Amino acid sequence: MNELIEAVPFLGKRNPRLTKWLIIIVALVAPLIAAYFGRSWMRILDFALLYMMLALGLNLVVGFAGLLDLGYIAFYAVGAYTWAFLASPHFGVHMPFWIVLPLGAAFAALAGIILGFPVLRLRGDYLAIVTLGFGEIVRIFMNNLNHPVNITNGPQGINALDSLNLFGWNLSQSLTIGDFKIHYLYLYYYFFLLCVVGSIIFIKRLQISRVGRAWAAMRDDELAAKAIGINTRNMKLLAFALGATFGGVAGGLFGSFQGFVSPESFSLMESIAVLTMVVFGGMGNIAGAVVGALILTALPEILRHIALPVQEAVFGTVILDPEVLRMLLLSLAMILMMLLRPAGLVPAHARYSRPELLKGGA
Amino acid sequence: MIKLLEARGVGKRFGGLTALSDVSLTINKGEVYGLIGPNGAGKTTFFNVLTGAYIPDDGEFVFNGTELPSGKPHLVVEQGIARTFQNIRLFGQMTALENVMAGHHIRTKAGVWGILTQNKHTREEERLTTERAYELLKYVGIERFAHTICKNLSYGDQRRLEIARALASEPQLLALDEPAAGMNATETSQLKVLIEQIRHDGVTVLLIEHDVKLVMGLCDRVAVLDFGKKIAEDVPAVVQKNEAVISAYLGGPKHAH
Repeated sequence: MNELIEAVPFLGKRNPRLTKWLIIIVALVAPLIAAYFGRSWMRILDFALLYMMLALGLNLVVGFAGLLDLGYIAFYAVGAYTWAFLASPHFGVHMPFWIVLPLGAAFAALAGIILGFPVLRLRGDYLAIVTLGFGEIVRIFMNNLNHPVNITNGPQGINALDSLNLFGWNLSQSLTIGDFKIHYLYLYYYFFLLCVVGSIIFIKRLQISRVGRAWAAMRDDELAAKAIGINTRNMKLLAFALGATFGGVAGGLFGSFQGFVSPESFSLMESIAVLTMVVFGGMGNIAGAVVGALILTALPEILRHIALPVQEAVFGTVILDPEVLRMLLLSLAMILMMLLRPAGLVPAHARYSRPELLKGGA
Repeated sequence: MIKLLEARGVGKRFGGLTALSDVSLTINKGEVYGLIGPNGAGKTTFFNVLTGAYIPDDGEFVFNGTELPSGKPHLVVEQGIARTFQNIRLFGQMTALENVMAGHHIRTKAGVWGILTQNKHTREEERLTTERAYELLKYVGIERFAHTICKNLSYGDQRRLEIARALASEPQLLALDEPAAGMNATETSQLKVLIEQIRHDGVTVLLIEHDVKLVMGLCDRVAVLDFGKKIAEDVPAVVQKNEAVISAYLGGPKHAH
């Protein structure tokens, strides 16, 4: 939270308390503002929260532990497909969310450990290539496991997934209180918001703990980390497993929200998109992941709404498809970013200790 | 005298190069033991083999009566051996305090569940780790930089910080790899005081050093390595007069090629 407050320009440093309340209020009323612009913007907000969870999880692996992972979306896929298998008509199984979500997280963590073992000795580029391959393997499995036995329904994907049902309260049905009707997108928004806040608290606690310090030590100097007694093998596996857990949970939520999963959603581009969010926001700090995910989910959509009318007004016709333009501008933004602010948009210094614990003793 | 560490016929080869051959030595509890020798004599290799960074080809280390695991640095630290590096290796993105706290890792136990729930044990452990780390910064005399990112510290303070980080693992044997390298005369004499204090507080010190004055003034016993072999071991005054040692350093008939 403190990192997030400091990330707010001008106000953050001058009046942290006001900024804090401002952030909380904005987070709470955001869907109301989005609704003013249309339903599609509410969906975008919901997706922004899912991407925040992904970026937070990936930040844990890349930013904290320093393990470059280009196949992170595979864990998202594992979570989403777990939901598809255990809560859809596909196999006719309909388990409640409090079983499916933890199971999805557990399977994703297991996948993280399976990925972790062979890459323990790899670093940098080599690690990136192997993780990239892992991500593709998972996607290709999803794509082809419809034959000879149909498990994943191949490229068609699985549809009609169960929506989130919180102990009898179905989140995808609009809530009616008297004459007042709350659209289901609001319900998802607040549920996802709760999940993101939970993730932030959890990750913050990890960061300021012996585990967080061990990860940071390993990232900064692996040889020295070993020499001071850190079991780097276990710590790496733990980073992969915990990072994957967030991906798995986000994947399950994605499945329930979208109602449809297919291998297409888990392509390499998605992995890169999440990594871009982490790098864009600022590697190794929580605020960076949150801000990066928010901006990079919203920006392309804003672009879509601006690029078309502008081109029509200027040239009379659409020359560049917004989709093409998106990649172009995103790359441009990344290049400028690396030149001007190589530490990311929110280059906050991550804390690994609580100095306030000292006041009693020192 | 109680034996703390015993090296028995330790050997290490890199391809055709013999970095260490049949090195045996004994370090007693409570002494400052010096390891000297010309560049490339195998001193740092000895450190790396001792602390588990390399696996020795021959021989073994016995520490406190038990054989040390080879190739498992974190287990060696757990047994009570901590080291510093010749070229400073701190954790650049952490503050001085956090560096020392990281050094305490092996003596703490909190698991993911405890950290997630912030249970009483975890909170108490975190508080103790923080306080202990601050005490150690005070001990080496850099507590005023506790919240400074370590790469912004001066060279001498970084060396002290590395020693504090090593002490955080509560070692019985502290292995210092050229701690005075790059220090000026004042810093070196302050370092000497610090090492004497460490020894006084019950930690045995193994010291690799080029600064002859420091070694002779500080060490109880000295071993000399040359081309991976131990050529002398005795009190400093005797070693200083040893002919093999003199010829190893200055070149002599033995080394005429």
